[in-house]
Amino acid sequence: MLTFKSRPGLVVYVTCGDPDLATSRAVILAAIDAGADVIELGVPFSDPVADGPVIQRASERALKSGTTLHDVLALAGEIRKARPSAGVIVFSYLNPILRFGMERFAKEAALAGVDGVLVTDMTVEESATYCEIMHSRNLQTIFLAAPTSTDARLKKIAAASRGFIYAVSRTGVTGTKLQSDVRGDAEQLVKRIRKISKLPIAVGFGISSPADFRAVGEYADAAVIGSAIVKIIEENGDSAAKAADAVAQWINSLKSIGSKARA
Amino acid sequence: MSKKTLTNNGSKSVRAKQVPGRFGLYGGRYVPETLMAALEELESAYAKAKLDSKFQKELRGLLTHYVGRPTPLYFAQRLSKHLGGAKIYLKREDLLHTGAHKINNSLGQVLLARRMGKKRIIAETGAGQHGVATATVCALFGLECVVYMGTEDMRRQELNVFRMRLLGAEVHGVDAGSRTLKDAINEAMRDWVTNVRNSYYLLGSALGAHPYPTMVRDFQSVIGREARAQILKAEGKLPTAIIACVGGGSNAIGIFHEFLKDKKVKLIGVEAGGRGLGLGDHAARFAGGTPGVLQGTYSYLLQDEAGQVATTHSVSAGLDYPSIGPEHAALHDTGRAEYVYATDQEALEGLKLLSQQEGIIPALESAHAVVEAAKRAPKMKKSEVIIVNVSGRGDKDIGILRENLTLS
Ligand SMILES: Cc1ncc(COP(=O)(O)O)c(C=O)c1O
Repeated sequence: MLTFKSRPGLVVYVTCGDPDLATSRAVILAAIDAGADVIELGVPFSDPVADGPVIQRASERALKSGTTLHDVLALAGEIRKARPSAGVIVFSYLNPILRFGMERFAKEAALAGVDGVLVTDMTVEESATYCEIMHSRNLQTIFLAAPTSTDARLKKIAAASRGFIYAVSRTGVTGTKLQSDVRGDAEQLVKRIRKISKLPIAVGFGISSPADFRAVGEYADAAVIGSAIVKIIEENGDSAAKAADAVAQWINSLKSIGSKARA
Repeated sequence: MSKKTLTNNGSKSVRAKQVPGRFGLYGGRYVPETLMAALEELESAYAKAKLDSKFQKELRGLLTHYVGRPTPLYFAQRLSKHLGGAKIYLKREDLLHTGAHKINNSLGQVLLARRMGKKRIIAETGAGQHGVATATVCALFGLECVVYMGTEDMRRQELNVFRMRLLGAEVHGVDAGSRTLKDAINEAMRDWVTNVRNSYYLLGSALGAHPYPTMVRDFQSVIGREARAQILKAEGKLPTAIIACVGGGSNAIGIFHEFLKDKKVKLIGVEAGGRGLGLGDHAARFAGGTPGVLQGTYSYLLQDEAGQVATTHSVSAGLDYPSIGPEHAALHDTGRAEYVYATDQEALEGLKLLSQQEGIIPALESAHAVVEAAKRAPKMKKSEVIIVNVSGRGDKDIGILRENLTLS
């Protein structure tokens, strides 16, 4: 289920198969147990144009270990069984899904217990068939909104979105640090979306510290943490248990500060 | 609008044809949302410029006086006689300033970027010709120019790297994937996504998200407009066939476009057959590819079963790319154009042939088209005419040629 238990809710992105599926599985379960509301299962792709170096390297490692969309769906099924109430999203570039077959993907994702899908390079304009197929299987379609999106575009994005809207914090690729002067970008964007949509809003790209996390909680419903987690996995990738522990510890530090801010 | 285009169950909807940015099933816009507003802005700026006589006049003036248009349509008498069949004419894009057709597009887009008030130009390059052309027009207008290039291409086209730097451009090596054109485009797109508010992405082929395939084709279609008038003047009739090499597809669509309505004129695109048809050994998208999305557009794509983009190989950096412009995908499916390939070895032979029969050293890319003409001409009547688009000159390739050709 795509719900956020506290504010800000926590969405955790993991590139599946980095460096192998067993590590991804251990890390994801640990992240859920440490308080992640939603897990984004990243499908590795050969040409991740929206990603910075950290996730690019993760994709390379995952492809090296032979990870396919089929494997990601199988992993989704395992996560769903082990943690029935966690939110599970498949996060992919379009081409692996096209090659798999969109209808087949929707069917198998629904069977595995996936809640939603986010396709980085699927624009709302091109999404009619895609949305129809995903919605027919009760899969939530999550779209990105960017600081550069015009209000006209935000309206289209809101209309096609289900579950939540993913607000991109700034122009750029994943993983680059947030600069204090662009905090305004994200906050402005969230305000503009609120005027148009009642869906929850998650802010992502560049959130890498407890301070970032806390700040997002002041204006958005959830924060997405990607590269910061992937980096911890990279640094501890020699052992699944070690990577899982390190991620859990990092999330704990985040969460404790997050709740202190609310108190 | 794009209904059924990506999930079509074999039903090729003709309806989709009316949508701007769609060529049959192909084309469209598949990019991160951050770039969408920029693409919309570009689309509307280009639509206005296209209708603006001042813009068109400025473009025409510079094409004439700076770039060197029109280019000759030259009757290659000795080559034709040597092959013993059809008359071969060469469209001499190799004679343009900077040495290839790429500058037709770079100039058009840089004028557009200026109108849009953009001061920083981003480009990718494979063979280096697009990078050189873009660095050139940026120097002409005093604009900042950043070029991304795969490190394998920097190695094999090192003269062009030096030229770009001499022209004042910043050249960034890209060390990912095959270290070629595709990887350079990824990095250019990442720069654009980051600096989208002040930068203009000057894409070098009829590729990418709408409006690029249409806009680049428009800027290159001057080649076909000239060639059509020139052949009518020289021969009093249209050619039997037009042959062009196809990397992303800009020189080919540029010469094909004006002839699309002349149904009797065969349009032949030549892809890179590399060292054989195993995945990873070539860039013949129609011989080994299936439809997919890469870098903003839906077209034929060399990919594996899991939808990962394949690495490619060609002796010519400009043809070494796993996807192809979406308009070519549509022309392929309707049968209006035919696509073949030439191997590395054949291209090297073709280059030598044109050099020694006509005193014209073509680019390795263009040599792929020469090879196809050499295969066809002997089987054709002496009264028939072939036009070969010589998209560029071979000076940039001398280093690779020294590695690969033995001269007696
Ligand atoms: C001389 C020449 N011809 C052809 C090409 C291939 O590009 P396109 O297919 O866009 O014409 C290039 C690209 O670098 C080139 O330099």
